[in-house]
Amino acid sequence: MGRPNDQGRCPDRDRPWVFRTYSGHSSARASNELYRANLAKGQTGLSVAFDLPTQTGYDADHPLARGEVGKVGVPISTLEDMEMLFAGIPFAQTNTSMTINATAAWLLALYVAAAENHGGDPRALEGTTQNDLIKEFLSRGTYVFPPEPSMRLISDMVAYTVDAMPRWNPINICSYHLQEAGATPVQEIAFSFANAIAVLDAVRARPDLPPDALPRVFGRISFFLNAGIRFVEEVCKARAMAELWDELGHQRYGVTDEKLRRFRYGVQVNSLGLTEAQPENNVIRIVLEALGVTLSKKARCRALQLPAWNEALGLPRPFDQQWSLRIQQILAYETDLLEHADLFDGSHVIEAKVAQLAKEAKAELGRVLDMGGAVAAVENAYMKRRLVESHTKRLRAIESGEQIVVGVNAFTESEPSPLVTGEGSILKVDASAEHEQVERLEAFRRKRNAAEVTAALRNLRDALTNGQNVMPPSIRAAHAGVTTGEWADALRGIFGEYRAPTGVVAREREMASEATEKTRQRVQALGVRLGRPLKILIGKPGLDGHSNGAEQIAVRARDAGMEVVYDGIRLTPGEIVQSARDEGVHAIGLSILSGSHGVLVHDVLRELATARLAVPVVVGGIIPDEDAAELRRAGVKRVYTPKDFDLTRLMDEIVDVVEESQAGHP
Amino acid sequence: MWSRSRRLGTLEAERGERGLRLAKRLLARERGAVAEALNLVDDRRPEARAAALALLIELEQALGFGGPPRVGLSGPPGVGKSTLLDALVRRARARGETVGILAVDPSSRRSGGALLGDRLRVRASARDPGVFLRSLAARERLGGLAESARAGLFVLAAAFDLVLIETVGVGQSESEVADLVDTLVWVAQPGAGDLLQYMKAGVLELPDVVAVNKADLGAIAERTANELAAGLSLAERAEDWSPPVVRISARDGSGLADLEDALARHRAWLAQHDRLSERRRRGRDAAIRDFLAREHGRVGVEAVGGLAALDETLRREPDTSGFALAVRLGEVIEAALRSRSGVGR
Repeated sequence: MGRPNDQGRCPDRDRPWVFRTYSGHSSARASNELYRANLAKGQTGLSVAFDLPTQTGYDADHPLARGEVGKVGVPISTLEDMEMLFAGIPFAQTNTSMTINATAAWLLALYVAAAENHGGDPRALEGTTQNDLIKEFLSRGTYVFPPEPSMRLISDMVAYTVDAMPRWNPINICSYHLQEAGATPVQEIAFSFANAIAVLDAVRARPDLPPDALPRVFGRISFFLNAGIRFVEEVCKARAMAELWDELGHQRYGVTDEKLRRFRYGVQVNSLGLTEAQPENNVIRIVLEALGVTLSKKARCRALQLPAWNEALGLPRPFDQQWSLRIQQILAYETDLLEHADLFDGSHVIEAKVAQLAKEAKAELGRVLDMGGAVAAVENAYMKRRLVESHTKRLRAIESGEQIVVGVNAFTESEPSPLVTGEGSILKVDASAEHEQVERLEAFRRKRNAAEVTAALRNLRDALTNGQNVMPPSIRAAHAGVTTGEWADALRGIFGEYRAPTGVVAREREMASEATEKTRQRVQALGVRLGRPLKILIGKPGLDGHSNGAEQIAVRARDAGMEVVYDGIRLTPGEIVQSARDEGVHAIGLSILSGSHGVLVHDVLRELATARLAVPVVVGGIIPDEDAAELRRAGVKRVYTPKDFDLTRLMDEIVDVVEESQAGHP
Repeated sequence: MWSRSRRLGTLEAERGERGLRLAKRLLARERGAVAEALNLVDDRRPEARAAALALLIELEQALGFGGPPRVGLSGPPGVGKSTLLDALVRRARARGETVGILAVDPSSRRSGGALLGDRLRVRASARDPGVFLRSLAARERLGGLAESARAGLFVLAAAFDLVLIETVGVGQSESEVADLVDTLVWVAQPGAGDLLQYMKAGVLELPDVVAVNKADLGAIAERTANELAAGLSLAERAEDWSPPVVRISARDGSGLADLEDALARHRAWLAQHDRLSERRRRGRDAAIRDFLAREHGRVGVEAVGGLAALDETLRREPDTSGFALAVRLGEVIEAALRSRSGVGR
């Protein structure tokens, strides 16, 4: 059943926002089935989750893709994959949001090529490519190229779509991930606006931009926001952003058409605050967070995605996603929310809070612009440092009980939950997905015309070196049968690869608690017994770029008196073991959030054995109980999941683990 | 008593054997021995100290005042030292040279812990056995970076063609680094106000080469380079070497050949008139003074006639291994203190 005819009931009723669910896994075929099922349940737009190899520009058979294919999203290596993903879904009538960044130009090219093959006109395509690299450097970690060429690719896509695909949002400026990384509302606003200014300034400077196009470009820039549990503040944040965006369009870019200055944004509500303990409470959190971005008509989201209540436990099942979709439908169709004018106009409380947020955000934005703007503030790690600091503060407030999280640090007595027990309570990605994707890719490579592929890649490289727009040659390459890995390799060859600063030079905590002090003494005493200070390595193997957790562990270990080697994301198991040996560490902590812990942890253990290195390993991640037991059997000393929020205890256990390992090797 | 000290002596000998075996493996450039040797020289347990000393004395004697160039990179946080380091490593590898790197980060004064790393850029260029990187915490609370860094440099010098040490320049540590290396490069970044700070910190008297990074920023980089050149010409230096100011961009690679050229010129200058030996000797003497003062205090140094007498001893033994000399002088001090207090009679 599709959308009910809600306009009939009340003629003044607003149209609801677009309902989406961030989804995709295993293969194009499995994801296509999921999308069609979701649309049948009343979802009104799609939100494509790509797997990490696709996001970072590797084909399914690349060594770095091992264990990651189909895990956190759908693998798309070829035009054939893209066509299969949308089989039976009409391009022209579908609003598609793609969470894709470093390889956004390529996935958009595949989408356009697939639409063209099915009689679709690119001018009619509606949707969004996330395409925000600044926040990838700051938080999400699926960047590939250095900041400058990354900004160039974004600017190419903006300049291309403004006329060729006028209904497409070429970039979603993301404050979402900033909040996940610990940003305060003021930082969210300031840093995302700095980011938008960097993009707009780059586009404005293009010689090939028609003189009258800038206002239209401004009108196509949309945002992707987070909504946390402090939902009144979230209402104010969205209102402040709408005001500031209008002002920015007017003053900095001379946009006179008021409609083009409207603040348009989509939302995924907060995942950071979803708990593993008493996970049923997350449903209530999700509802409240949805209110934060829908209550105020003036600053209401255009599209909304709600996470599943159990995503801190593992991959949600279709049933869990359906439950979240129903929240949206009840809010939009059952309640009277869409029948009223703005509920907050004239509220002194809201006005004062909005004014305060706007004022502080402008001051912080000014600081970033003074140091050269968003790109400079990525390269000198200013923004990253501020985020790590805020996140550290937040975690400490939860640990100390100053910030209450129900079921986690308060009201922890609970009846056993009937919802989370037993087999099948979370979704497991089919283990054969990777193998099948590789086979499909090999078959595809065999049947394509090799000469056409070579020519298309040469054409792409020439266009890039000559400063031409990346989009037309990419669309041609998509039709010619180029793969995701080949496209990205061509760009890597020209632009190089980038490593972002990790930002873990955060200031130290102001006050040491008694528990920390005790841990610190244990660390020092162990250092004396070891002959040198306790040294550990925090590693993130695989392609998962979500480094916030690993950073917090690194900072806390430093504060506990350990010497901590942390080199950031995307390391191969071989590199981690090499690093552990060269650095002479006493323990290794691995952080893996993509669900590929099975393969990657075993690879690290195997490499350690080959190198004859007897260094104990602990692992943190979104790891279901049975996997944790399996990892322990394989030799992992401790396994941590999101419910282990007490970092001091965690530090203490690292000391235990090293002491145990030393007892074994006098 | 006799048998106990004899048994101790045997133990010492065994430990010495371990040090000598490691030294042999290092000098044969066995990469697997490098991490082990660095762990050993960092180990403060008495049983490890004996082996470490044997290792270091052996290495110092084998290398003499020769061995590979030891180059220091210092500068304030955020100037792009890691990117520069990466670029220099890549170029050295392209010439077929192996590279050993010590990267020093400050320790937390409060907790004693340290965040090391963020060096993936260097590691990424180094997925080959020809590059070795060890991060080191400065451990200010435990008496500074000099001792472990000095020992680390000898280990790396035994096994690689080029030895680099990177430190965050925050004032004091530069003079320590200057004593450890043959050539100290100060990395500066364009921007007003920096020059005054450098001069205040006395930093401009130390570097042998100044590299102004981010030269791609244009005019502002040019101005900084000019100001630094002017400041350097005013700074007093004991030697007749005037530090060149090189404009580089670690990001796009421009100016790196000029920087390497400046390094080579400094090296050639050092090679004349025995200057390199002179410099290494100065580093050795500083390390010995430092070691004795820390281990035995001022009372200890006074017991053997004070600093002046110590310097005289050092002058009389220009070619003795620094590590051996430090141990021997330590024993002399201990004997003097013992005879003074009557212990041991």
